[in-house]
Amino acid sequence: MHEVQLRKQVVVLEEIFHEGGPPPAVPLRRGAVLSVIHNPFAGRYVDEIAGFMDDLTPLGLTMAKILAEALGGPAVIEGYGKGAIIGSAGELEHGALWHVPGGYAMREILGNAKAIVASCKKVGGPGARLDIPVTHINASYVRSHFDAMEVGLADGPRADEMLLALVMSTGPRIHARVGGLAAADIKGLDGLR
Amino acid sequence: MKACIRKIVIVIEETRRELDREVSPPTRRAAAIAVIANPFAGRYVEDLTELMEIGEELGALLTERAVAALGINGAAAESYGKAAAVGENGELEHAAAILHPRLGTPVRRVLSKGAALIPSSKKRGGPGLCLDIPLGHKDAAYVRSHFDGMEIRIHDAPRADEIIVALAVTDSGRPLPRIGGLSKAQIKGEDGLR
Repeated sequence: MHEVQLRKQVVVLEEIFHEGGPPPAVPLRRGAVLSVIHNPFAGRYVDEIAGFMDDLTPLGLTMAKILAEALGGPAVIEGYGKGAIIGSAGELEHGALWHVPGGYAMREILGNAKAIVASCKKVGGPGARLDIPVTHINASYVRSHFDAMEVGLADGPRADEMLLALVMSTGPRIHARVGGLAAADIKGLDGLR
Repeated sequence: MKACIRKIVIVIEETRRELDREVSPPTRRAAAIAVIANPFAGRYVEDLTELMEIGEELGALLTERAVAALGINGAAAESYGKAAAVGENGELEHAAAILHPRLGTPVRRVLSKGAALIPSSKKRGGPGLCLDIPLGHKDAAYVRSHFDGMEIRIHDAPRADEIIVALAVTDSGRPLPRIGGLSKAQIKGEDGLR
């Protein structure tokens, strides 16, 4: 057991009305919640780290709830993604600890969403930016929902910290028009199509 | 609306620890940011009234959004700041036209008061630029615990013909202030300074 020591939490909400084309009736909303926490494994190699995933589970659920509510509630969420930036005294492997607690928290909050949660991670310093991939929550191949959101903050992660992020969106790219599997055609059996 | 808004971004920050100390209650601040078309991009226009009017409407809209993001009444806000960034086909003066003549009055209306100057910054640049919004206490500019700044950036703005307009509001000062000076308990609030 390691205490999850939260230094800072940031919520970023975007409301996109158009990108030069015809504005849709409902603007696209996209959001991220970031938590900067202490990295209990910073500064040395620790072999047994997997237990920290359980410690992170409550934080993941709290973050998923905050973000879904900020965007209008779980019912309107159509896309998601997750990511981590590990401070310079940590390892990339520490970022991998976020896959289970971050991903399954969103899938649970969103009513057992079927698609794998797209992700991205890296080691970086304060101010590092991360492009978090976004895909449809029930079918990874839905082309209109392939998106990404850039996240980061000025003063984190410090060397002995990690920044954990979740991203959600309420719909397709604002002027999506490149074909492929449409959200209306999702079979919803395998999380892919 | 006069402003043609492409995007609105809200950023809410909550700081709970500094080093080994708990920050209790956490300090909180929010920025509301609009990405708008620059009606004067690419040409010199003498009369900037349209941008001043846009500043007035964005002053109200962004302050309401920032206060709502913090979940507080306007009167509970403690510090504020504003900033604008103009895309490469615009002039720095366009940022000035939005920020200075008319934006402040609606901000103060939403916050009930606001005797102090609203600290500001401006620049010209490309998408993803970093904008540091200066922060100061809304009723007394000399309150030292509330001198601060908030960095924001939007990866895809400002495009060449756009302007970013940002308004930041807090319900607190820095996380662990301890360098003396005028404290908020000592505010007289008459001249906007002390």
